Amino acid sequence: MTDKGTWMVKEGFAEMFKGGVIMDVTTAEQAKIAEQAGAVAVMALERVPADIRKAGGVARMASIKKIKEIMDAVSIPVMAKVRIGHVAEARILEALGVDFIDESEVLTPADDKYHINKWDFKVPFVCGARNLGEALRRIAEGAAMIRTKGEAGTGNIVEAVKHMRTVMDEIRKVQNMPDEELVSFAKEIGAPVNLVAEVKKLGRLPVVNFAAGGVATPADAALMMILGADGVFVGSGVFKSKDPAKMAKAIVMAVTYWNDPEMLLKISEDIGTPMEGLEIEELDVRLQERGW
Amino acid sequence: MKIGVSGIQGDFREHKLILEKLGVETLVVRKPNELDMVDALIIPGGESTTMIRIMKMTGFYETLRSKIEKGFPVFGTCAGMIVLSKEVVNFPQDSLKVIDIKVERNAYGRQVDSFETDVKLKFSQAPFRAIFIRAPKVVECGNDVEVLSEYENSPILLRQGKILVASFHPELTDDIRIHKYFVDMVR
Repeated sequence: MTDKGTWMVKEGFAEMFKGGVIMDVTTAEQAKIAEQAGAVAVMALERVPADIRKAGGVARMASIKKIKEIMDAVSIPVMAKVRIGHVAEARILEALGVDFIDESEVLTPADDKYHINKWDFKVPFVCGARNLGEALRRIAEGAAMIRTKGEAGTGNIVEAVKHMRTVMDEIRKVQNMPDEELVSFAKEIGAPVNLVAEVKKLGRLPVVNFAAGGVATPADAALMMILGADGVFVGSGVFKSKDPAKMAKAIVMAVTYWNDPEMLLKISEDIGTPMEGLEIEELDVRLQERGW
Repeated sequence: MKIGVSGIQGDFREHKLILEKLGVETLVVRKPNELDMVDALIIPGGESTTMIRIMKMTGFYETLRSKIEKGFPVFGTCAGMIVLSKEVVNFPQDSLKVIDIKVERNAYGRQVDSFETDVKLKFSQAPFRAIFIRAPKVVECGNDVEVLSEYENSPILLRQGKILVASFHPELTDDIRIHKYFVDMVR
């Protein structure tokens, strides 16, 4: 029997991104730069997160015209973002044939209580998380891939590091936990106990886990891999730097050779000037706090 | 015997786990000099454009190509098959050009069209659950290429000498038969 949209097909697709970089792009031209640099996928957006911060107002799904333009420009997978809980935006993107949907806290949430029931869709979803409980809630809703939230559009890696360390710490804790403590721990972190038990068995999340939010240099990307990420999302970090093509290539190389200091040195030698960046303490809006 | 799995990009962990199940020693390979430490190489699923780009940046491309020409066994799944193919017909993209097949990328459509289905293997009785993810299609293959499995009249598992390619992902299932076939090829 031939089946489409199965868990194996959705989660398996995310496995193919491992060791790779997914880049935010806002035009067909940027999508081509990303593809040529070796990105494993692109995220079609109206504005990169740094500009979403600056512009203010309500951030929504990108225009169909824009997404189509980007889908036609490259052969690699194209992802697009929808507002948290916005089932209709997601239905539209699925009908359009987008390869992966990001139910993203970077856009203005549409639902302040519930996320999308992602089991209803054939297209896979990626969702943000700051800790194990949040990651497992998203997976329980059907997410086929998880990314740390970090603090998008800041060029500041500190929050992504915090979130990746938190998830990994909690996984290590679960691995060493006797079975009789699992139910109580699941209650404490607000996650389904069957998924907590699966994490204990696997010693990792049951889906691919990428780093995101604040990656601005090849060294940042390598750091996230050292901390246990399966790959990296880069948004403003590429197209807000002085020489995007150079920076994009360097970040791609850094994710492959994260464990090789000599290669990282070579990669980091000529990258141009990274994006300027923002201090977390001085932010008016913390995107990471969206999501429930 | 030690089999390398290319860790340049893709789902190399899944291949490594299956090889370990078969009792084979493995090494994740990312640099050209590491190719001399293994008896064969698996190129996993992932993004073929990414893999080729990095292979060319590091000299991995030339080293691997000349080793394969001297009989070094390789197995490529999905992106790995594209990387090993002679030509990609629908996108301007380079490849290692070591197996006499022409491939069309994303031939079944986008991710919503990805599917799983049962297929028959030439060397084994029970059906194999094949997972096709934004899969390529072989549109032309040379006389020296042996077809080991087909789906809807197009070849999906092929062999030429010591080169094995699949357009689907045997590494995503628990079924070890195709990897066992490759390990026997290396022996």
